[in-house]
Amino acid sequence: MFGYYIDLAWRSLRRNKVLTALMVIAIAVGIGASMTTLTVMHLLSGDPVPTRSGTLFYPQVDPDPSPTASHQPYDVMDYRSALDLWNAHRADRQAMVTSSQLRLTAPQVNLPPLMAQMLSTTSDFFPMFDVPFRYGGGWTAQDDENRARVAVISSDLNNKLFNGADSVGRTLRLKDADVRIIGVLAPWWPSPQFYDVAGGRFSNGDTAGFYSRPEDVFVPFQSSLEINAGGFQPFTCWSMPGDPVHLQNSPCVWVALWVQLDSAAKVGSYRRFVADYATQQKALGRFVHADNTQLRSLMGWLDFNQVVPSDVRLQTWLAFAFLLICLFNTVGLLLAKFLRRAGEIGVRRALGASRAAVFAQCLVEAGLIGLLGGAGGLLLTLFGLWLVRSQPIEYADLVHLDTTMFLATFALAIAASLLAGVLPALRASRMTPSLQLKTL
Amino acid sequence: MKLHPILAALRKHKAGTVLIALQIALTLAIVCNAVFIIGQRIDRVNRITGLDESNLFLVSQQWVGAPNADSADGVEKLDTMQREDLAALRQLPDVASVAPINSLPLLNSSWTGSVSHKPGAQLSGKDNTRTAYYFTDEQMLSTLGVRLVAGRAFNAGDVQHQGFRDQRDRPIAIITRQLADKLFPKGDAVGKVMYTDGSNAPTTIIGVVARLQIPSTSSQGNDFAWYSTLIPTRLDANFARYAVRTKPGRLDAAMRAVAPTLYKVNPMRVLDDDSVKPFSDIRARAYRADVGMAILMGVICLILLCVTAAGIVGLTSFWVGQRHRQIGVRRALGARKVDILHYFQIENLLIVGVGVAIGVLLALGLNLWLMSHYEMTRIPLPYVLTGVLAMLAIGQAAVFVPARRASNVPPVVATRAA
Repeated sequence: MFGYYIDLAWRSLRRNKVLTALMVIAIAVGIGASMTTLTVMHLLSGDPVPTRSGTLFYPQVDPDPSPTASHQPYDVMDYRSALDLWNAHRADRQAMVTSSQLRLTAPQVNLPPLMAQMLSTTSDFFPMFDVPFRYGGGWTAQDDENRARVAVISSDLNNKLFNGADSVGRTLRLKDADVRIIGVLAPWWPSPQFYDVAGGRFSNGDTAGFYSRPEDVFVPFQSSLEINAGGFQPFTCWSMPGDPVHLQNSPCVWVALWVQLDSAAKVGSYRRFVADYATQQKALGRFVHADNTQLRSLMGWLDFNQVVPSDVRLQTWLAFAFLLICLFNTVGLLLAKFLRRAGEIGVRRALGASRAAVFAQCLVEAGLIGLLGGAGGLLLTLFGLWLVRSQPIEYADLVHLDTTMFLATFALAIAASLLAGVLPALRASRMTPSLQLKTL
Repeated sequence: MKLHPILAALRKHKAGTVLIALQIALTLAIVCNAVFIIGQRIDRVNRITGLDESNLFLVSQQWVGAPNADSADGVEKLDTMQREDLAALRQLPDVASVAPINSLPLLNSSWTGSVSHKPGAQLSGKDNTRTAYYFTDEQMLSTLGVRLVAGRAFNAGDVQHQGFRDQRDRPIAIITRQLADKLFPKGDAVGKVMYTDGSNAPTTIIGVVARLQIPSTSSQGNDFAWYSTLIPTRLDANFARYAVRTKPGRLDAAMRAVAPTLYKVNPMRVLDDDSVKPFSDIRARAYRADVGMAILMGVICLILLCVTAAGIVGLTSFWVGQRHRQIGVRRALGARKVDILHYFQIENLLIVGVGVAIGVLLALGLNLWLMSHYEMTRIPLPYVLTGVLAMLAIGQAAVFVPARRASNVPPVVATRAA
């Protein structure tokens, strides 16, 4: 019966090509717009570390000594708090991160010096965030302690400087210091670049910057402080820093700490540990607001920072409102189409077709329109994504259509057209056959 | 023409009528708000920086192996290097004037701080007004084309220099009229004293310029977009920026001459493709996202209107087909062609009118929702009214073709069997 309905639907669609084209185009445009924005949303609001984001946490404390309590602790920590918490090694893994810019050259490579982003971090960073290596590997806790002059570089930088060859063992000049390359990353671009996310709530939705590429060079934390002294920018300060070159003792926050906690019990005990640390610091006279601590999960931290840019969210809402209008349009046209066939339906009913059969036949026709609209919508989605890629935004290169979204396009198109078909099909199946036969 | 028969006929087509009305309502709501967003973005892009933007370009360069800017003699060496660069650039035949400057409007690289009436103010205190600093020299006003409206400009004797991270007192400053009005509402800012960044040393305001935008174009900067402060100080660091005004029409020639000239002064520097760029590039880059959003919204509106119009054409055509015989009867009973035409036009006006009425409420509701979730202001009434008129016009345009076909139905149809 289904095959027969498809045949009928096809005949009916071919009978009034203009009306069919109108409906297919309406669905295609609606699907194209909503799938384009949905794909961007899907990419931007996804999980940057799908393998273990549930075990990653972001502690915060409030080192601000001013008497007025702030609602939330600062987005990052001062050096001393971060170092104390890191040194305690109370989590399964922990990494301090801060990022800065410096001049980078590669001896024996004939390229002008370039300004590179450097991530200062600690050895756990690579295993903790599942960072993939192409050559070599990360450094050890021993290297952190010895302030070893080693570096891990990004795949992009390796391509630029060494044409993608295995550069482990070669030397890089960072500002005025030589470091040995011990690892080269495979292409790695978490979306968003979660470990640097901070300050999202102050950005009024301009958060596209959270989706930029990871840093080019990764250096042990303490080594980097020596190499790029004066190159670090504080996130914010609660009073003017006396020594702007060495931020270690400044009244500024600029270091983020990430911890990995493998079980719920450990999360609880780490939460207590951070609170106890703050209380202890208050007793020492360093903190004033000891109760202002937080331990957010990775996804919780991203939500708190509202990482999805408000432009993208706005576009998604608009696109769905757009799809809704296209659906209204299709409902109207389908209604017109089915009711015009009243005579034909009357004959079918008189010959014994049940209401359900007429209903099913109409829905099959609606579904077929959805399928055609979905195909058109897919083309429009690809065009839309191409447009997004040509935009000058940080996440442009990330945007592509994956299998899930490809299938979702057709699912949404067919679901939308079936939904649009319900009311007209219901009306068509409710028609009194005798009345229609009389007018024939 | 009586409305009664039209209403009676519409009652027979409830579903179709409701659908078109709702579609009109939603379209109006979305198009009004989208056009409003476009308008806001365009307003943002059209903000006047206060500069004379033609014949202006910016050089951003870095020295390789530069002296340390954190030591006193390093700063002196860097300052000498900077002055050599400035002298060389000022001697170029196509160049009118050159000023060292830490940033330019729309460059999105800013040094922000705060000014207050009292010394030693808390950085988070109430009396503080946020500002963005331009560190520059006596050629700044002529180079940027900024107009002085009160007081005097900097002269060569005013200009100090300091390491990039040093904190020095700032004895004098020029501020924008907007900042002056904020600090001294009586309009007598010249000669008054303010305190920058919670410092205890006073800064005397010696001049006021008509307008100068801050470097940041992000929404955080919206609150203080015109609150710029000019400090007569050359900043010495391992990098430097020079704003260059060329003689009229000599922009390209002057830009081409920069790299060879600077390399001749000192070859140990980084000058890449991005180092010398006209102000038009800076402007285009700053507002790319806004322009992109405006275009996207525009395209969405256009397609929406087309889809809605197509829906009206489709459904009205169907009704015309359905009432073919009735139209024939009416014609046979003496209705003129124009009566039939008017019938469909008035019917459309009624449906669209109801849709528009609902749409205005929806548009205002959507605007309120957007205001609570995004940075958005209340939609001005002219936008909504224009939207209403546009929807009515689109409805009439869409209905015209099917209505004319209806009016062409010959009276003889009445005599034929259906």
